[in-house]
Amino acid sequence: MTGLDDIRAPGAVTRGGLVLPHYPIPKDVHPSLDSPEYRSTALRHPTQPLQLMPQRLTEVTGPLLGEERVGELDHDLTRQHDGEPQGQRIIVHGRVLEEDGRPVPNTLVEVWQANAAGRYRHTGDNWPAPLDPNFTGVGRCMTDADGHYRFVTVKPGIYPWRNHDNAWRPSHIHFSLFGRAFTQRLITQMYFPDDPLFFQDPMWNSVRDENARQRMLCHYDHSATEAEWALGFRFDIVLRGPQASVFEEEDDDDE
Amino acid sequence: MSDQNAAVGAGGRLGVTPSQTVGPFLHIGLPWPDGPYVVPEGTAGAVWITGTVYDGAGQPVPDAVVETWQADPDGRFDHPDDPRGAAKPSIPGFRGFARCDTDADGRYRVLTVKPGPLPCPDGGTEAPHLDVTVLARGLLDRVVTRIYFPDEDAANAADPVMSAVPPDRRGTLVAEPDGDGGLRFDIRLQGDGETIFFEV
Ligand SMILES: [Fe+3]
Repeated sequence: MTGLDDIRAPGAVTRGGLVLPHYPIPKDVHPSLDSPEYRSTALRHPTQPLQLMPQRLTEVTGPLLGEERVGELDHDLTRQHDGEPQGQRIIVHGRVLEEDGRPVPNTLVEVWQANAAGRYRHTGDNWPAPLDPNFTGVGRCMTDADGHYRFVTVKPGIYPWRNHDNAWRPSHIHFSLFGRAFTQRLITQMYFPDDPLFFQDPMWNSVRDENARQRMLCHYDHSATEAEWALGFRFDIVLRGPQASVFEEEDDDDE
Repeated sequence: MSDQNAAVGAGGRLGVTPSQTVGPFLHIGLPWPDGPYVVPEGTAGAVWITGTVYDGAGQPVPDAVVETWQADPDGRFDHPDDPRGAAKPSIPGFRGFARCDTDADGRYRVLTVKPGPLPCPDGGTEAPHLDVTVLARGLLDRVVTRIYFPDEDAANAADPVMSAVPPDRRGTLVAEPDGDGGLRFDIRLQGDGETIFFEV
């Protein structure tokens, strides 16, 4: 049996040619692109079936972006201006992992969010909640060797939108992850426990599987809470991971 | 410390975190000033690929992000999972990756160089191509397509990914000359001329 390390070792070759890692497609995890409750999907989801594409060199590699993408204060959204932003100061941290539990080290994590009043610093966000001159709402950091990341920010406010009658988005932070392969690219949103608005949110509910939905929740983490300073929340993120066993047969039974 | 929300599923593997849309305010979080540049401005042989993202009503999508990933002109990746070995690109500043959010007219742009052809693990050769991720408000998961080059007819015809696509839709994967020295690659999320999207 070929181990994962062998599959990822440069120069590993079988009789058939190049040996590549393989990232199985997760089942019953991601939302359907056609989710009518979220009205904007109506004209934006492909109507033709997706074409299955085997994973080859372009798909099993990906951008390995480094520290050059991250400024000194990018991880601390409360220190990017002269003064402190309004709101409940929080620490959001966790690990970026693959399905087999391996950490993804040195990978770029990007976040963006509304301010404490629920307003984004974006020209398209015009609802009557105040902007905060001391809050941009954009953060970046790299995971460490153990896959760990950490941001300091304020808890984002709830905001209204026009998807349905009296529609409000639960408090959330947008996350962007690269992993190490094109197949692993992930954009998600992190939600807070016990939000009263989940019942009417089509994005939260677009993830049909209850267990999968729970994986978008952070958890209060008292060990990360800093006394007289900030509340800690933990959010681990699991990316698709390579499977070790698919290339174990190298002899004559060519499929 | 236990990983509290990385529940172990059947087979002992962790459950993958679900995808969500980038939403309408992606422009504050995702763009980089140098995002559109796979190669630096002034690189010999560099070409602008521009295009518009359209929805099913033929309207431009002003809240999308287009990302591309590709080999260098020698067909190599500076990446440890390439079994031929990680190769430093021969072009200074080559990043392989670009990211561009769409403007008010739904337009994006990427400055790049044509990648080399790639050997397939299962034999054969892939024609020069860029892998493309499209993210947008209204897309709950990314969609994936490819950009091929219009001056590579023979290589495109032999490409295993292109060959698996219905012939009448292959054209949606090939950029076209824009008459100005660049290439044009429009992305139609839905409807007439819908772009081929891949499950990968
Ligand atoms: Fe949002």
